[in-house]
Amino acid sequence: MSASSDGRIERRFARLKNEGRAGLITFTMMGDPDIETSFDILKGLPAAGADLIEIGSPFTDPMADGPVIQVAGQRALKAGISLKKTLELVRRFRALDQDTPLVLMGYYNPIYVYGVPRFIKDALEAGLDGLIVVDLPPEEDEELCLPAIEAGLRFIRLATPTTDDRRLPAVLAHTTGFVYYVSITGITGAKGAAVSAISDAIARLRRHTKLPLAVGFGIKTPEDAASVARSADAAVVGSALVSAIAGSLDGSGKATVKTAPAVHDLVRRLAAGVRAARKEVVR
Amino acid sequence: MNTAINSYRSGPDERGHFGIYGGRFVAETLMPLILDLEQAWAKARTDKSFRDELDYWLEFYVGRPSPLYHAERLTRHLGGAKIYFKRDELNHTGAHKINNCMGQILLAKRMGKTRIIAETGAGQHGVATATVCALMGLPCVVYMGAVDIERQKPNVFRMKLLGAEVVPVTSGSRTLKDAMNEALRDWVSNVESTYYLIGTVAGPHPYPAMVREFQSVIGRETREQIMKAEGRLPDSLVACVGGGSNAIGLFHPFLDEPNIKIYGVEAAGHGIETGQHAASLTAGSPGVLHGNRTYLLQDSDGQVIEAHSISAGLDYPGIGPEHAWLNDTKRVSYVPITDKEALEAFKLCARLEGILPALEPAHALAHVVKLAPTLPKDHLLVMNMCGRGDKDIFTVADALGVGM
Repeated sequence: MSASSDGRIERRFARLKNEGRAGLITFTMMGDPDIETSFDILKGLPAAGADLIEIGSPFTDPMADGPVIQVAGQRALKAGISLKKTLELVRRFRALDQDTPLVLMGYYNPIYVYGVPRFIKDALEAGLDGLIVVDLPPEEDEELCLPAIEAGLRFIRLATPTTDDRRLPAVLAHTTGFVYYVSITGITGAKGAAVSAISDAIARLRRHTKLPLAVGFGIKTPEDAASVARSADAAVVGSALVSAIAGSLDGSGKATVKTAPAVHDLVRRLAAGVRAARKEVVR
Repeated sequence: MNTAINSYRSGPDERGHFGIYGGRFVAETLMPLILDLEQAWAKARTDKSFRDELDYWLEFYVGRPSPLYHAERLTRHLGGAKIYFKRDELNHTGAHKINNCMGQILLAKRMGKTRIIAETGAGQHGVATATVCALMGLPCVVYMGAVDIERQKPNVFRMKLLGAEVVPVTSGSRTLKDAMNEALRDWVSNVESTYYLIGTVAGPHPYPAMVREFQSVIGRETREQIMKAEGRLPDSLVACVGGGSNAIGLFHPFLDEPNIKIYGVEAAGHGIETGQHAASLTAGSPGVLHGNRTYLLQDSDGQVIEAHSISAGLDYPGIGPEHAWLNDTKRVSYVPITDKEALEAFKLCARLEGILPALEPAHALAHVVKLAPTLPKDHLLVMNMCGRGDKDIFTVADALGVGM
């Protein structure tokens, strides 16, 4: 792969390593509950303590998502978001923040219909750093993964409890940036995995890769995030933040003055949990 | 070699592609399961004991072979081609769906799975799945869109009588595509125990190829039966296409017969021009949904658009990937038929042949009504009567403005 090994994602994980702590990765859906509010949420995330940011790009048929993120996607689509408009939000974010890595998470069809070469070019120009595409396993690497890596985007792969040692090398072969470990066999927003199971999985993954390891699915509270942050390089929180958005809306589903602060407050608490995690262990 | 196709029957390739269509577009959690399934299927399909077991159940439980029936009154009425119906509506449970369910339930048992899940639109596949689960003593969960539950109440009750749990799906458009999403979510959450019994020639590889093989019994029997009746192969084949399993079942054994014209009939709903239809080949474009690349009804942002058809079984915004490929290679001609045309054909068939067709094959029949009069009397036309219409009488009554 010709991709440079020093992008925003690598620099950010290097910094976290220097600071001796794990990172917090947040997920919110672009366009939820409306395009401008989702941008207000996005631009406040670094100050609230997000180390890396996953931005969701909605799809009508999100087969790996639980009800919370499904409904967020429907709100976003109703608000008129598109992949093109999502990239515009990325561009606006980059004008304010040149350091925080942005990773787009979504499903393949909107990218396929946008046109893969054009999407890669536009995404890089907008300042996007990486992609997580739920329905592109290694068996379909030629579709997007290989050309994206070639162009300089990171392609972050999901590893799951069903990804056994036999299969793991294939999954990791073309993974760049970091590895996203899905801690449960299930959908987003489901009940979390036991801490011991996560640390065992992290240990297993570390035998196969030197890439940073992020853990997600089922992490809802600062305590959950802290327990993951003891062994992983980053904790990913999505559904809990999306629920905070949902809980702040008015009766007709519109944003209120509480919407962005609700997300940022939770991010601050999650970040505090993550940052304290390893200090507690030392103590 | 690059331009000429030697055989239309050799696909998919080892990665599940029919041309650019098909593939395995699923979450990583499911990928190891799909590879397991592929292996188990590869082993079973060449195992004589599996074949023998399936043949036993198809003969004594499903009631195969289904007759190839000369529809004489319809033939005379239309005044052209000699029309045969392949009577798959006479199968146990009233449709072709059970051919596939019987095969997959035997495979699930071989794989040691202890729980079966399925999606259903009209409820025919749900009923067939619930039936084979009852037969084999396996628990069964059927996902069904809340909208479809409302319009297919008799089938919902049948599934419950058979011991299945019917889960209403209230996400998205609350129809078949959302039921499939929900079944996939269940599968991701219950990987160890659960077998996902997909009802059509769609989904990730190996489903399209596997379901095709189970349904090809339709075409294989037709071949033998028409040789016996007429001493030669048919001149044309007609079948309706939603996901496309009954159609591929009839077509596949004949794809390499260059002189046979093949027609797949899509649901044009209120008319292609209204935008309210389910004709993904006529009016859609290539996209990726439910584990495979195929033609989809979608907007310019790649968001999937809701389909519409009077027939719940055709009300799906995609189509099996092999049909997408057969469309592009022009081996099969895909034509649209509206709700109204299908209803007319439904009524005609009831009066002339004493058969209430399901609304799905009523679409195929509506194309036969157009086609047959243009053809000579010695032209042999076979249409797949893939389901019976008992389940549809409430929908038909409603459409005809009759109170029941």
